Amino acid sequence: MKLTRTKAFKTFAGPAWTNNPINMQMLGICSALAVTIQMNTALVMTLAMTFVITTASLIVSIMRKIIPGNIRIIVELAVIASLVILTDEFLRAFYFEMSRMLSIFVGLIITNCIIMGRTEGFAMSNPPHLAVMDGLGNAAGYGSVLLSVAFLRELFGSGKIFGYDVIPQSFYDAGYEDMGFMLLAPAAFIIIGLMAWLQKYLAGVEDEA
Amino acid sequence: MVDLLSLFMNSVFAGNILLAYFLGMCSFVAISKNLNTAIGLGFAVIFVLTVTVPLNWLIFHFLLAPEALAWAGLEDVNLSFLRLVIFICVIAAIVQGLEMLIDRFSASLYAGLGIFLPLIAVNCAILGGSLFMVEREYTFIESVVFGFGAGVGWMLAIVAMAAARIRMRYADLPYGLNGFAITMIVTGLMAMGFILFSGISL
Repeated sequence: MKLTRTKAFKTFAGPAWTNNPINMQMLGICSALAVTIQMNTALVMTLAMTFVITTASLIVSIMRKIIPGNIRIIVELAVIASLVILTDEFLRAFYFEMSRMLSIFVGLIITNCIIMGRTEGFAMSNPPHLAVMDGLGNAAGYGSVLLSVAFLRELFGSGKIFGYDVIPQSFYDAGYEDMGFMLLAPAAFIIIGLMAWLQKYLAGVEDEA
Repeated sequence: MVDLLSLFMNSVFAGNILLAYFLGMCSFVAISKNLNTAIGLGFAVIFVLTVTVPLNWLIFHFLLAPEALAWAGLEDVNLSFLRLVIFICVIAAIVQGLEMLIDRFSASLYAGLGIFLPLIAVNCAILGGSLFMVEREYTFIESVVFGFGAGVGWMLAIVAMAAARIRMRYADLPYGLNGFAITMIVTGLMAMGFILFSGISL
């Protein structure tokens, strides 16, 4: 059987592209955009999100048969919150500068609707290996949007990628200027809007107006 | 007094919790379809932010911060890593308590506000407000002003958005742009307007 036909791959690919959590489900945009001024912060945020969502899905999925139905939300929240605290303290201890730049947005992963939605909607009713694939797929979808927005904003806003200058000096000498607007909040809204338009156009999905 | 006024103006306009820090987007996108619901949710957010930010300030400074437990003889204890969990619990408890109180004492207010309160417990603007309060090291009075101001700013943004979406209902947009995409672009234009307020100092 080809890799792309396996159930695990479909579980991964669904949320990563065709059913992308940011554009199509409109979830989880909350904390995503504030860290997209630079690729660095967006990448660390993506890694943090990947770790939390994958591990939370795994743990909840392993425990799914012993979690009593009527307190499951609290259990899920406790798992997610512990993982987020772990991530936050880890960043604070080893990458203090990065943790300062990410400010409160790592902590806000707790209220990210994607994680809660995936643990509740998928991990509670599926075996661990599928739950991990689903978590990874959602994280990949989240990360791809976050990193593309960060790429555009850093490239046009400060002429850099991951902090390295990529626009040659001759461009500046010829009169090219960085677009300061890209570093402000409105640019992120407009980029995400245009991306949602593009993705909806390409995916051709009919949904509510 | 001028400092507080300036903090208030900043949290409503230039530092708008939604348009500058992207907090509370989920409910913003979902609820801004209808003007009346947007107003109801806006008031609920103001209410909850004004209560939870100062309350979390008290809890953080007397229980969680480094050396906060000195009054109990526990100088070396630093519980600040617990703040995420504690803040979430406090917010959920306050929201639940408020819902019961409103239900008990004012039926008309409950009809208008009650259904929005559960939505708010998981709104990142509320948790974000408390986390910003810790990070920016506000004093108690400042935390009250900041909580109120952030709520007013959020309400202003969602009400303006709901009003704009009513006008857009009859717009003939290209395929794929309607719904989420145009909402984001209009939010961006609105955020641009709000940024202009950052030049104003009192």
